Amino acid sequence: MLSLIALVALLAPWIAPHDPWALLGQPLAPPGGDFALGTDMLGRDLLSGLIHGARVSLLIGLASSTCALLIGVGVGALAGYFGGIVDRVLMRFTEFFQVIPAFLFAILLVAIMRPGLKSVIIAVALVTWPPVARLVRSEFLVLRSREFVEAARSLGLGHWQIMVREILPNALPPVIAVGSLMVATAILTESSLSFLGLADPNLISWGYIIGSSRSVFRDAWWLSVLPGLCLFITVLSINLLADGLGDAGNPLLRSGRDTAA
Amino acid sequence: MTLLLDIQRLTIELPAGADRVYAVQDLSLRVDAGRTLCVVGESGSGKSLTAAAIVRLLPSPDLRISGGSILLEGRDTLAMSPAELLQVRGGRVGYIFQDPLSCLNPLERVGLQIREVLDRHAWQGDRAARVMQLLSDVGLPEPEITRARYPWELSGGQRQRVMIAIALAADPQLIIADEPTTALDVTTQAQILRLLRDLQAKRGLGLLLITHDFGVVSEMADDVAVLRAGRLVEAGPRAQVLGQPRAAYTQRLLAAVPPLVARPARVAGTALLKAQGLRKIWHSRGAWGRTNVSTLAVADVALSVNFGETVAVVGESGSGKSTLARMLARLTDGEAGQAYLAGVSDNYLALPSRSLVPLRRAVQVIFQDPFASLNPRHTVGESISMGPIANGTPRGQALREVGELLERVRIDPRAADRYPNEFSGGQRQRIVIARALAMKAKLLIADEPVSSLDVSVQSDILDLLEEIQARDGVGMVFITHDLRVAARMADHIVVMHRGQVVESGTAFQILTQPVQSYTRELISAVPTLRPERAE
Amino acid sequence: MRLFTAFVAWLPRALLTLAAIGLMNFTLVRLAPGDPAAVIAGESGAADGAFIEKIRADYGLDQPIQVQVASYLTRLARGDLGVSYRSNLPVSQMIAQRLPATLILTGTALIFAIVVGTMLGIASSRARGGWLDLAIGSFAMLCYAMPVFWVGLLLVLVFSVALGWFPAFGMASLVPKQGLAYLVDVMHHLVLPALTLALLHMAVYVRLARSSSLEVMGKDFIRTAHAKGLTDGQVLRGHVLRNAMLPIVTMAGLQLGHLMGGAIVIETVFAWPGIGRLAFDALLQRDYSVILGVFFVSSVMVVLANLVTDLALRIVDPRIGR
Repeated sequence: MLSLIALVALLAPWIAPHDPWALLGQPLAPPGGDFALGTDMLGRDLLSGLIHGARVSLLIGLASSTCALLIGVGVGALAGYFGGIVDRVLMRFTEFFQVIPAFLFAILLVAIMRPGLKSVIIAVALVTWPPVARLVRSEFLVLRSREFVEAARSLGLGHWQIMVREILPNALPPVIAVGSLMVATAILTESSLSFLGLADPNLISWGYIIGSSRSVFRDAWWLSVLPGLCLFITVLSINLLADGLGDAGNPLLRSGRDTAA
Repeated sequence: MTLLLDIQRLTIELPAGADRVYAVQDLSLRVDAGRTLCVVGESGSGKSLTAAAIVRLLPSPDLRISGGSILLEGRDTLAMSPAELLQVRGGRVGYIFQDPLSCLNPLERVGLQIREVLDRHAWQGDRAARVMQLLSDVGLPEPEITRARYPWELSGGQRQRVMIAIALAADPQLIIADEPTTALDVTTQAQILRLLRDLQAKRGLGLLLITHDFGVVSEMADDVAVLRAGRLVEAGPRAQVLGQPRAAYTQRLLAAVPPLVARPARVAGTALLKAQGLRKIWHSRGAWGRTNVSTLAVADVALSVNFGETVAVVGESGSGKSTLARMLARLTDGEAGQAYLAGVSDNYLALPSRSLVPLRRAVQVIFQDPFASLNPRHTVGESISMGPIANGTPRGQALREVGELLERVRIDPRAADRYPNEFSGGQRQRIVIARALAMKAKLLIADEPVSSLDVSVQSDILDLLEEIQARDGVGMVFITHDLRVAARMADHIVVMHRGQVVESGTAFQILTQPVQSYTRELISAVPTLRPERAE
Repeated sequence: MRLFTAFVAWLPRALLTLAAIGLMNFTLVRLAPGDPAAVIAGESGAADGAFIEKIRADYGLDQPIQVQVASYLTRLARGDLGVSYRSNLPVSQMIAQRLPATLILTGTALIFAIVVGTMLGIASSRARGGWLDLAIGSFAMLCYAMPVFWVGLLLVLVFSVALGWFPAFGMASLVPKQGLAYLVDVMHHLVLPALTLALLHMAVYVRLARSSSLEVMGKDFIRTAHAKGLTDGQVLRGHVLRNAMLPIVTMAGLQLGHLMGGAIVIETVFAWPGIGRLAFDALLQRDYSVILGVFFVSSVMVVLANLVTDLALRIVDPRIGR
């Protein structure tokens, strides 16, 4: 399901029947007829809008989650592995970001940085990284005191080697699951931002369509419902994917039961 | 003699895909009032499942009781309605579990947890008074104060006494104790076992005691039943099973229990390790990072080991023996102390981390938990070769040596490509030993290496360690809480208690002529195998 | 007594956090491209030279940075959040007017989400693997995936436009009512927005309650409880519930920040007169003092909520703080 959406997003410029910004048809035409899904109040084709919107939403979702993951994993790993004062400082830092109401902060950032693609990505990333950091930190804390890590130390491995080769692969499964969820959250956050009119005005996104159609909401309900449906399906498929990813790729499950002594 | 519990031909099936069809097969056992039946077996023998089946408390709905009957005072529990079962549980049968810390509700005070049983079984009479009575019956001091405590505020022994109080609360006739002392220190174990015996005698209870330790069997049992892979191997009165076991399996298990006798003396080599003045303090942090409580974990400890010799460090939990081991391996750094290793000129405890390379090669650690000591994501071969490669050995050579090492520890060399979770606990411990050998260590520090293994597997691993020591002349520091294992392995024994060395000397000296009272207490608390019981 | 000491210990940290947030506010404005004074004046349509100079003097923007920070923080401490350049009213007054509306909305939503979510989650865990478990799980997953504003719009479409059961906008009818009738009226208007906000967050609690109670049910002391002869219901109420609540309480504290964010969107969709709406309008007008004021006040509320959560946890779990 998700791959279908991704595919559509990638091929957007070629398959969309019209330029989503072009004012082509009768304003507020219902679905059917010349335009498969109808037009918005200015006569823009909804279908093309949806298709292009897919690109934007996915792009922003992936970009910001990647940034957030990098920050979160970095902070969490360092805090969990080294402990002590490094841990406390980093945790205060993370807590600070968690106290700040997330969405408000994103709005603030976008407003101040002038709405645009980059600012949206940065804002979303800055808002979503703390939970990952906490998760990675707790995984590292647990794994650090496991005996195979102590064994690695007694074998003479350096800190960096231990973190990357020993602990990280074991800490990854929950991180991957959370990471996929983060993509979903990022997409939702972006859509809320564009719903409120704060996103890049040059890029069409699903949230934007819904937001701009509010005034004609009662008459042309499809303009609000359909983009939302796209969002919903996308996020849902990501969530399902994340659930599945949580179990995969784990050698502990590879060869079946764990044999007891 | 009244027959209290009569298990007839019990059969429990495992879910599809398990390594055998039946968890318990065609098992028949009897417990009489006033007598103790010890059910002995290694892990996977089905002993715990059998006990759980008595009150239909099987841990998983996938386990099916497919045959047999369990007659408790004449009535078949397997045929009872749910309401009747609820009456039986706690009312006719009291259950004592293994780990009292995890088996008590952490959020509720102890007194209330006992009281709950009384409330449930509609106990007539003053319930509060009964709780107090129970607390003092199980030997807890100051019942007034104790009943308001939470489980985590009590010591392990005290918690287990609470569990016993809960089991006895509604005056049951049968007590089932599933490994009740395995998680406790040996001195505490002795106390709890004595308590159980006293209570049984006073109240005429039937006791079904499950254990893997034949020493415990020797101290507690009137009758013994030996289980293996779900089947009854042998059963009979204590004197008969322990004194003249008929089945080969029983004989093997009995032979694997180390007697509390010092090993034959052997010639030791030159000095390998000389450590003294070792000191470590743990600080717990308060609110602002300020030190709250300081515990002296290791206080002024001295230790020396020669080539080809084993020094056992014996102590109970909290004695500091594990901390000591980690200090010697430089996995923890202490406040003070010097340690000199043959071939390393300086006090290696004071060396900066960067200069520890020669130390890492010379000193290797074997940890307790074979399941956690190997990174589940690396193949066996990778785990073994990781150390040498990180220390400069060319990759090809290291991998070749993996095969040789695996053979030395008696594991098929083809295992190098498999993952740790495909192996049993004993096999994993061998792999860990192979990993230590790969570094060509001179000193092995073994921290409770066999504590989590079955007794027959234990004996194999100990044989292996002895063999390695004989062949390579390595010195060993062997940490254990079990004096019997120490007796088997050690030339010298160091007894630790609360961070300090209480007594040290040759194994023979310590075991036959202990000087300090703590040492004597420790020795007498060890449950040993004696065909005639010392009353 | 324990709680009091916990409160005292918490205070310095909280103040520090709030000061840090204040500092961040300060920096954010300075970070925006362009002259801070112009930013603050915004595009409020009065950006002539004299006005900007006035702002500069007011905010002390021509003074060294330490002085600026100090004066800003002291003003914050006194509750002075500046003045809105759009309406010339003190920001704190504007916020105080509209805060209750937001609190009603978020409070109702939170309570609903926690209570219903937990109930469903526990029911789900008891029926583990059965159809009820699956149904509840799917429902939760669907709720979680829906964009909050879309749900709001859908609900309005169905319940307001099509069915006419609930009003779509505002907090009270245009014709003001008195006393009890007013209360009922507000509640009537409250249903749709609160429901929208609650549905999303409920999903989190359903999952959390389910996994938490499953985890607790697998613990050893539950076996002990069964061995005492307790019925399933007694085990659940007496032992499982209290232990399973711990992560839920923790989560409630963490969620408040998100709720506040969601409130902005909901208030916009439903024209609910709360601080979220205030912030949004201010955003459109680039009235930065107001936005920053709302931001700061929300942060204060989150910090307070964290305190309440922490104290609640200490009550439920006696292990903390020992």
